[in-house]
Amino acid sequence: MDLTLVVWRQKHAKDPGGFVTYPAKGISPDMSFLEMLDVVNERLFAQGEEPIAFDHDCREGICGACGMVIGGRAHGPRGLTTTCQLHMRTFADGDTITIEPWRAAAFPVVRDLIVDRSAFDRIIQAGGFVSVATGSAPDGNAILVPKPSAEGAMDAASCIGCGACVAACPNASAALFVGAKVAHLGQLPQGQPERHSRVLSMVDRMDQEGFGSCTNHGECEAACPKGISLENIARMNRDYLAASFLKRPKVGGGE
Amino acid sequence: MDLRAKIPDGPLAEKWTKHRFDMKLVNPANKRKHRVLVVGTGLAGASAAASMAELGYVVEAFCYQDSPRRAHSIAAQGGINAAKNYQNDGDSVFRLFYDTIKGGDFRAREANVYRLAELSVNIIDQCAAQGVPFAREYGGLLANRSFGGAQVSRTFYARGQTGQQLLLGAYQALERQIGLGKVAMFSRHEMQDVLVIDGRARGIVVRDMVTGEISCRLGDAVVLATGGYGNVFYLSTNAIGCNATAIWRAYKRGALFANPCYTQIHPTCIPVSGEHQSKLTLMSESLRNDGRIWVPKRAGDTRPPTGIPEGDRDYYLERRYPSYGNLSPRDIASRAAKQVCDEGRGIGPGGLGVYLDFADAISRLGEDVIRERYGNLFEMYERITDENPYKVPMRIFPAVHYTMGGLWVDYDLMSTLPGLHVLGEANFSDHGANRLGASALMQGLADGYFVIPYTIGNYLASTKLEKIAEDHAEVRRARDEVVDRNRQLLAIRGKTSPTAFHRRLGKIMWEQCGMARNERGLTEALGKIPELREEFWRDVNVLGEGDALNPSLERAGRVADFLELAELMCRDALERRESCGGHFREEFQTEDGEARRDDERFCHVAAWEYQGPEAPPARRVEPLAFENVHLQTRSYR
Repeated sequence: MDLTLVVWRQKHAKDPGGFVTYPAKGISPDMSFLEMLDVVNERLFAQGEEPIAFDHDCREGICGACGMVIGGRAHGPRGLTTTCQLHMRTFADGDTITIEPWRAAAFPVVRDLIVDRSAFDRIIQAGGFVSVATGSAPDGNAILVPKPSAEGAMDAASCIGCGACVAACPNASAALFVGAKVAHLGQLPQGQPERHSRVLSMVDRMDQEGFGSCTNHGECEAACPKGISLENIARMNRDYLAASFLKRPKVGGGE
Repeated sequence: MDLRAKIPDGPLAEKWTKHRFDMKLVNPANKRKHRVLVVGTGLAGASAAASMAELGYVVEAFCYQDSPRRAHSIAAQGGINAAKNYQNDGDSVFRLFYDTIKGGDFRAREANVYRLAELSVNIIDQCAAQGVPFAREYGGLLANRSFGGAQVSRTFYARGQTGQQLLLGAYQALERQIGLGKVAMFSRHEMQDVLVIDGRARGIVVRDMVTGEISCRLGDAVVLATGGYGNVFYLSTNAIGCNATAIWRAYKRGALFANPCYTQIHPTCIPVSGEHQSKLTLMSESLRNDGRIWVPKRAGDTRPPTGIPEGDRDYYLERRYPSYGNLSPRDIASRAAKQVCDEGRGIGPGGLGVYLDFADAISRLGEDVIRERYGNLFEMYERITDENPYKVPMRIFPAVHYTMGGLWVDYDLMSTLPGLHVLGEANFSDHGANRLGASALMQGLADGYFVIPYTIGNYLASTKLEKIAEDHAEVRRARDEVVDRNRQLLAIRGKTSPTAFHRRLGKIMWEQCGMARNERGLTEALGKIPELREEFWRDVNVLGEGDALNPSLERAGRVADFLELAELMCRDALERRESCGGHFREEFQTEDGEARRDDERFCHVAAWEYQGPEAPPARRVEPLAFENVHLQTRSYR
């Protein structure tokens, strides 16, 4: 198939950047979207032009490294799909495809389609864990976990931290990402002791990082390649409210 | 070079307990005076960094990804073994130890494997306490499933995402320590050399992949947890960024490289669809529970699979291995697939594929049952191939998956370069010549949570370490060397991309050092690889600048190292004149085509010592003594 790509190129964070058009001819429908970009990059290379930079690693939809806005949609037109698992047969011969990085104040562009998502790591640092030092755990079966809780926690824990939810949100809110971690740990008995401090710290951190507020558009859920549900945001809001009524505990969840 | 494994005396079951008492301790107030550098943040690296920081050490952690959460441990699907015996089905530490030794075809060290089995139970406790959402029974207890190479049900799992969930547990523990200021995290940093001062590893040279800045980080000990080297084959199930640079640089600074030829080829991956292919995707081994593997009886049969009548099909695994059938171990199933393809009976593009057929299971159990068991895998398959596996058989082919070889380490996980410790897939220690399913996660976490936190203390407490000045001559020299190497790569300005060289290297390795090896092929590869390497340094073209984010430069540096490592792999494969586990030498097989081990001559670890750029490396030997199990021939017929 023959395609036309309109790609965001930006040398570094301070460069204003802009769109550049590239032909992509003779693309096999069996290629993944990233393999299509590999081919385009090899051709750019042959012309002595610098390849388009994009983040990617596992190429099997689990590491969360890849992600770009394709035709105005985070990870492209197919639901429940990361960019690396999007195949070219999804597109029609002759299509023009616009490719942009995640756009959010909290995710500054590093180069071309690569953005800095370290804000997500800092949100986890604020409380996205259970404080259990190595060696101090009781026997695995000492704490029973009802199957529905384990399943609910697993649904939320499937988040791959790609950032599509933020890119899809008109407010660039990270509510789905934070909600997923709050819901993962909050549904398990192991997560109860720090449940309130966790949600307060993580939400505070999210605000400090410059993510917007959630106004229930639901675009995040639609874009999420792992189908993380909006219910997680409701759970986070409920926990946040409950925690706010109680005496505010020490932030940080440390020793 | 004397390979002293430093295995503690005493009965097998008491070695680790005794050793823990014998090891020296660092008092809590002194721990914060020691800085430990951890490279790689997968299961082994993240768990090690978090655990050592909890103890009070000053830790710096490095990864090439944008976040430590993305290390390739995340892609492990099936599960993690542990000798909990929760199922009351006869499991024990000794049985897990025995299965692992046997699965590895008697080429691993008994004491290490026993310790691994012993620690497996603590891993499950630790992970459950962290909130890893393991599968549960209705009563709330942990669930188990069965996996290859074992007759007990000892595999713990979190759907098909066990690696992801265990890694997130370790990552969260690591982030907690980062938040507390105990770990300094360096993401998008790639290690490019080890700093050796007075014969000890005292730091690393890293490149900031965003700014291109090359700097030295100093410490009292270095821990490498940088994964395997399967990407030397270009196509593998590894992530694109997985590379051997850290362990290869360490090798060139004095760490011996053990058993480089031991690679695991996984039988059930989606076949290559064209030249553009950038990686291979695994289809879980569990599919072989219900799928039947076959090819046409006649070479060149181009009828569609559904048009080939039963009588014209060859269910070759069932035919050759009636007792294990489609569930034969990974190495055996992979080799059998290669043989039928070599006979011209392979299917799909290029004849490199075999069918994995669910028609029988669907007619026996119904489509709904199959959907419930494997729905997500079938969907993933359909997404990649655009074929519906409920209607037509899956096409599968073996692919490189894991490397059992790695840097040689002693019982304390220290390499032959004092101060340099190696964990997880990056070391050679526990899987012998073949790794069993669900054992990689176990080893990574055992090393990181429960071994290195003890043994690092022993090293630090028993070693006198002088303070190193930032402007020490050796520090500057090591840094300058790395700067020069990057400059050199950028200055060649040839015509060929680093990826093109990588692809060519992969082809040589797959054909001549892959599933089956022989003297002629290996000798030929040993001629071709240095030629390709020479061509690389003459004709590679690395675009862009060194002082910016430059994926082309990153790739070039990794490929340059693969071009050296590949030669060592072939050399090791050539010298090991026997077949064992994943290493199959065609000259050494039984009459019915099975691997023939030679315990008289090769019951040892081969560890290679770098002798400089001109001389060939020296092969050192660590004999393997089996005092608790009997050497025997594996049979799956």
